Amino acid sequence: MTAAALPARAAAAARRPGTWTVYKWELLKLRAQKRTYLGLGAAVVVPCIFIVALMVETGGPDRVPFGRYVRETGLAIPLVLLLFGSIWLFPLIVSLVAGDIVAAEDRNGTMKTILTRSVERHQIFVAKVAAAFTYAFVALLLFAGVAAVFGGLRFGFNPLTTLSGNTVGVGHGLVLTAGALGAYLMPVLAVASIALLLSTITRNSAAAIVGALMISLVMQLLGIISGLDFLRPYLLSTQFDSWQGLLRDPIDWDPIIRAAWVCAAYAVPSLLAALTVFVRRDVTGG
Amino acid sequence: MSDGAPPPIEARGLVKRYGHVTAVDDVDLTVDRGDVYGFLGPNGAGKTTTLRMLLGLIRPDAGAARLFGRDPLVQGAAALDGVAGFVEAPRYYPYLSGRRNLELVAALDGGGARERIDAALDTVELADRAGDKVGGYSHGMRQRLGIAGALIRDPALLILDEPTTGLDPAGMRDMRHLVRRLAGQGITVLLSSHIMAEVEELCDRLAIVRSGRVIYEGRLDELLHSTGQRYRLRTTDDRRALEIATHQPGVGEVRTEGDGLSLAADEDAAAGLSIVLVEAGLGIRALMPAAASLEELFFRLTEGDTNGANGAAPRKEVVA
Repeated sequence: MTAAALPARAAAAARRPGTWTVYKWELLKLRAQKRTYLGLGAAVVVPCIFIVALMVETGGPDRVPFGRYVRETGLAIPLVLLLFGSIWLFPLIVSLVAGDIVAAEDRNGTMKTILTRSVERHQIFVAKVAAAFTYAFVALLLFAGVAAVFGGLRFGFNPLTTLSGNTVGVGHGLVLTAGALGAYLMPVLAVASIALLLSTITRNSAAAIVGALMISLVMQLLGIISGLDFLRPYLLSTQFDSWQGLLRDPIDWDPIIRAAWVCAAYAVPSLLAALTVFVRRDVTGG
Repeated sequence: MSDGAPPPIEARGLVKRYGHVTAVDDVDLTVDRGDVYGFLGPNGAGKTTTLRMLLGLIRPDAGAARLFGRDPLVQGAAALDGVAGFVEAPRYYPYLSGRRNLELVAALDGGGARERIDAALDTVELADRAGDKVGGYSHGMRQRLGIAGALIRDPALLILDEPTTGLDPAGMRDMRHLVRRLAGQGITVLLSSHIMAEVEELCDRLAIVRSGRVIYEGRLDELLHSTGQRYRLRTTDDRRALEIATHQPGVGEVRTEGDGLSLAADEDAAAGLSIVLVEAGLGIRALMPAAASLEELFFRLTEGDTNGANGAAPRKEVVA
């Protein structure tokens, strides 16, 4: 037994699962949970409702960027929706999963189950972050995709008028929209990181989801208080608009660059703190 | 037993405090290869907290635990190679089927864990319900799924925390049978329990914990021997029997208990007592060895600590 056990164990060490395997299973777990579909469902339904509302009413969201063009081209619709989505929809959709993904293990008592196998704690944490980010990415893609496709089918795939007033073709417009989504993803992932931190610390999904949502809303409120103008460039809520720089001619990179480091300044410390807590914490529940 | 290789479990001076409550107070444990080791104590004695420290789930405030010579806090998951088990009730994802849950933990095990799923499900007799969601499982099925989840790691050391708790009598019997079978395959087992009879049935060595402290560690037969055998006695005249037994050499601690007497004696002294009773004209209704309950063991061990006189020896002497 002894003689055989040691080489067998050495072989087991060589075949220890990688973080990719853990990530794959985190995605499979998300796929098996109702809340995932609640979030993705909201990302699909909201654009549909918006388009139906445009069809039955004559007015439009004239006062927001691209609001005047919603009936001219389907390409304008995802851009208008990005603005509405930043208020509470995306913080909610992303918190719903990111705020739950660690706390769910506490709720199910499964933290001890997965931590007594052959993967390190940090591998599980990294896989959870990657899975939550993947979900946020998919939700955003669905949101904009549904908006562009249904918007285009209803109002046509026509050239897009940029914020500088010039017109760009459909192909170029789509590239700019994809770029806008990339810029928009930055604050979305920052909110996800905050939700992950709260999920890790509170061990309670509801607290983490509501907490992350509250932080997003408080930043929006701070942004509209005129005495706090100096704060505005550093608020997470402001970064949700940085993509508009891409739709100017010439492209204004400044807000996008600032969004990148401001979002990183929120996300990286949150994730590092969460990782530290996750790796060191006592697993007592379950 | 000892071939120079580090023992499956070696815990030294484990301490865990929660606020000003010391849940685990300076616990030493040594489980050797091939042991079926009982970890006996009432609920709340710190058994589960100790097991969590062994598995690296919680950090001790002092002391260290090693599994096959490796510390989970230092070496992480590598320290759990060859180790499997669960603390408290095994928990799995309620929204996935039993088999899917095992596939998930097998993926986190790596190696050939996935190929062992079918055999493990057969071993715990869960194969026909493996496709159902765990959310609909009974408590007994979850316990068995927990064992299956441990077996797919092909463990050399199995840590089981009160595996029979909450099971019906048939389920308890099956679970004990399974533990004995696994031990028969050469797996070292650490079995925590609050039921003395269970430990007596399955284990050859044990540690007894009370209020976070180990009050006995050693062989089961030595414990039973050192603490003395007790007998229950019922006669046609218990009042006279009490008087006779009290004066009989080799018989001690005679007291009235229930509808009869309880006394401490070895086999020979008990046989001698029966003759004296009959000669005195008393009819013996029953004279039988009493199975030691956990409460009784505590009573004897702590009594031994205070008087030291009557067979019961304090921990250190017994271990030596």
